[in-house]
Amino acid sequence: MRARVAVVGALAALTAVSVAGCSSSSSPSSATKSSGASKSPSAGASASKSAGVSGTVTVFAASSLEEAFGTIAKKFQAANPGVTVKVNLGASSSLAQQVNSGAPADVFASASPTNMKQVVSSGGASSSTNFVKNVMEVAVPPSNPGHITSVTDLAKSGVKVAVCQPQVPCGVVAATVFKNAKITVKPATLEQDVKSTLTKVELNEADAGMVYVTDVRAAGSKAKGVVIPADINASTEYPIAALSKAPNSAGAKAFVAYVLSPAGQQVLSADGFEKP
Amino acid sequence: MESPGVRRTPALLATPALIGFAFLLIPLLALLIRAPWRGIGGLLADHQVLTALRLSLECATCATAVSLVLGVPVAWVLARVRFPGMALLRALVTLPLVLPPVVGGVALLLAFGRNGVVGRLLDTWFGVTLPFTTAGVIVAETFVAMPFLIVTVEGALRSSDMGLEEAAATLGASRFTVFRRVTLPLIGPSLLAGSVLCWARALGEFGATITFAGNFPGTTQTMPLAVYNALETDPEAAIALSLVLLAVAVIILAALRDRWLRRGGGTL
Repeated sequence: MRARVAVVGALAALTAVSVAGCSSSSSPSSATKSSGASKSPSAGASASKSAGVSGTVTVFAASSLEEAFGTIAKKFQAANPGVTVKVNLGASSSLAQQVNSGAPADVFASASPTNMKQVVSSGGASSSTNFVKNVMEVAVPPSNPGHITSVTDLAKSGVKVAVCQPQVPCGVVAATVFKNAKITVKPATLEQDVKSTLTKVELNEADAGMVYVTDVRAAGSKAKGVVIPADINASTEYPIAALSKAPNSAGAKAFVAYVLSPAGQQVLSADGFEKP
Repeated sequence: MESPGVRRTPALLATPALIGFAFLLIPLLALLIRAPWRGIGGLLADHQVLTALRLSLECATCATAVSLVLGVPVAWVLARVRFPGMALLRALVTLPLVLPPVVGGVALLLAFGRNGVVGRLLDTWFGVTLPFTTAGVIVAETFVAMPFLIVTVEGALRSSDMGLEEAAATLGASRFTVFRRVTLPLIGPSLLAGSVLCWARALGEFGATITFAGNFPGTTQTMPLAVYNALETDPEAAIALSLVLLAVAVIILAALRDRWLRRGGGTL
């Protein structure tokens, strides 16, 4: 009988320990893919080297900012030793929901003013600044199985097109392009964000995907771009804000300042983003 | 003085058990508390919701049918045939039980996608591609749900009385007749239990479906995908849709669990 009590007690203790262990392992030491701090001395120069910035800066960013913010995070860390930037990527609409439900974020960078407005109107941020804009491009697999040479080819039957769902910015902008081009496209799939749309193209499952210029550039040799003429193309502006309830307020302001600084803008334009 | 049927729970078990029950039930309770009960009728009459629900039920049923046709023979081989590497094979075919469904979806794309190892042949020989089709949803759900059936049926086969099969065989029945007339009725309850588990798992499938089959209303957008989409814009609708899925699953599991899952054995 005593042995059984001992076993149960040990189990209870083990559970307690394991729960504690689980919860502590998600502390800041678990670095995200963007925070592999490479300390290149030239990075960032003296841009926004605000004193007193330390700790972790948690940035919620639209998934289309993945590469640019990865680079910016590294440069910001190099310019501010002791700071760790964690970038949480996702669809702007999901991120806005997470911020509004109290996710501990310092900075929110959205791929559309609509999702930023949701955060500002619920008191999550007092104001925001548009820092870049992004135009659409048609991504096709390198072999171009659907023989896509212009955006109007997407309306042809039998062409498998991946488009972002209408709830996310890239879906809204894609719909505007279709409207401007006066075509009706019946997508094969409505994806959750621009990166999963691109993935369907990279895997050669879709003949074409409506993504941003920056995504085609980031895909490298895995996708080709078919340029959309400027007179029918559409764009989205990206606002950024330091959040009112930021756990690291100083870090949030410094990161936003860095993104708006010439050093940050240089990274963004190198990745294909345009000035707002 | 206690009646033999009533057992008192030792205090050392009662406390963690209570916390355990609370931990599992509070999220469900929260869903009920926050549900927009007043608007639920209108929401469920929504064309797109009905389409998603119908697609979910149809695909889960098809996936269960495919699982029965393919999974029962697999379970039989695992339970009755002895060959080297059996343990490894058994582990591999039940892997989807623990695999993250998204990983399953990626694996399916690499196998049966238009550019996949097998999918490439399907495309060039028959002009068939599975991604973005309802058939793709069924493939994804079957991949994830079939192991539930296999594990349940295999357990029942292992614990069933082989003496009856041997008796039938000595009386001159062919091997397949023995399987059909003796083995199948013996494991009937487990077969049903396994099918129900398989169906419920298929109904709730999300990760492999959205990765492999995509997301388009009417073709590939099942209820779990509709819930996820709704969460982006209309959390209230997402809660209501979750309730529908929850109700269907609870009704089925509660109705069948006591009656069949305990008898007949089965490892789940």
